[in-house]
Amino acid sequence: MTTFRLILATLAVAAAGSAAAAEFNQFQAGKSSLTFVSKQMGVPIDGSFRKFAASLAFDPAKPAAATARLDLDLNSIDAGSRDANDEVVGKPWFNVKVFPTATFVSSAVRPLGGDKFELVGKLTIKGKSQDVTAPFNFRQDGGNGVFDGAFVLKRLEFGVGDGVWSDVSTVANEVQIKFHIVAAPAAIRK
Amino acid sequence: MPATRYTPTAIFIHWLMALLLIGLFSVGLYMSDLPLSPQKLKIYSWHKWAGVTAFVLVLVRLAWRAGHPPPALPAAMPNWQKTAAHGLHHLLYLLMIAIPLSGWLMSSAKGFQTVYFGILPLPDLLQKDKELGELLESMHTALNFTLAVLVLAHIGAAVKHHLLDRDDVLARMLPFLARRRRPSATNPEWRNP
Repeated sequence: MTTFRLILATLAVAAAGSAAAAEFNQFQAGKSSLTFVSKQMGVPIDGSFRKFAASLAFDPAKPAAATARLDLDLNSIDAGSRDANDEVVGKPWFNVKVFPTATFVSSAVRPLGGDKFELVGKLTIKGKSQDVTAPFNFRQDGGNGVFDGAFVLKRLEFGVGDGVWSDVSTVANEVQIKFHIVAAPAAIRK
Repeated sequence: MPATRYTPTAIFIHWLMALLLIGLFSVGLYMSDLPLSPQKLKIYSWHKWAGVTAFVLVLVRLAWRAGHPPPALPAAMPNWQKTAAHGLHHLLYLLMIAIPLSGWLMSSAKGFQTVYFGILPLPDLLQKDKELGELLESMHTALNFTLAVLVLAHIGAAVKHHLLDRDDVLARMLPFLARRRRPSATNPEWRNP
């Protein structure tokens, strides 16, 4: 009887341990990337944000409880060329002096079946907020959780690139955002 | 009977390319110093599309030339001049190929793919590489100034033939300038009344 209880207790502890380990909440900045593709005159241009922070908690078994927040340092933008980098920090684009960061705060994570999920939340750029929905893929790699997703935003909804730049025949309104977030599992809980 | 002039097709492509290359060169000079604006992005794209067009035209032209040899130079021309003329023409062709190629490679290295008329993407032959992009940009510029100097020599030689040598070298490319009009096998109607 006592042996049986011991086994049960061990199993319970093991289960609790694995459940705790399955929540990924330690953001790995060095392994993550946030890139985007804009279109100039029909030509896709790759860009990225070199500095951003994420805080997240994701357990693939309990996606509904997942949360995510991203803070992007807009000064760290690489829009594809020196010319563009000098331009996009300015007033018509991100106006980084007034709005140095963009944030994303999740409101829901929905399972789409298999390793596919959907992230819903509020994206705030340049003081303007919009709801965005981004499908993403989750996989485990070397003990880490890896989130890969993409969505398309319309830059003019955030007033990004106004004035002469609001002509979308030159720089398209649609910008594809791609995220690759790596998070380690939670530290072992007591 | 040996031809005394280029074929109408060769003449047409020659003058079309002359206009195109002068335009490309001027726009290229103008656009590189522009501050970034939607207009600059447009001009860059137009320049690249026109450059691709020039590249295609020079290939068409070379193919045409292979099947339609140019008319002979005047027999009275000294041999060194004939050699210089052929050498200059070869260099012009070489540059007309090298310049658009350097522009295409430069665009690739700078991370701006060339999409012909915004529709047809040309493959990026190089990975994005900032330093290589800047090197190719200086090459593109140097090749262009070389072409500009050679084009001036080309024009100077043509004018010298027409005004000083008073021969029909220029008339091979501008038939209405011909001094000694003779019937031609290719253009029977082109006969003095």
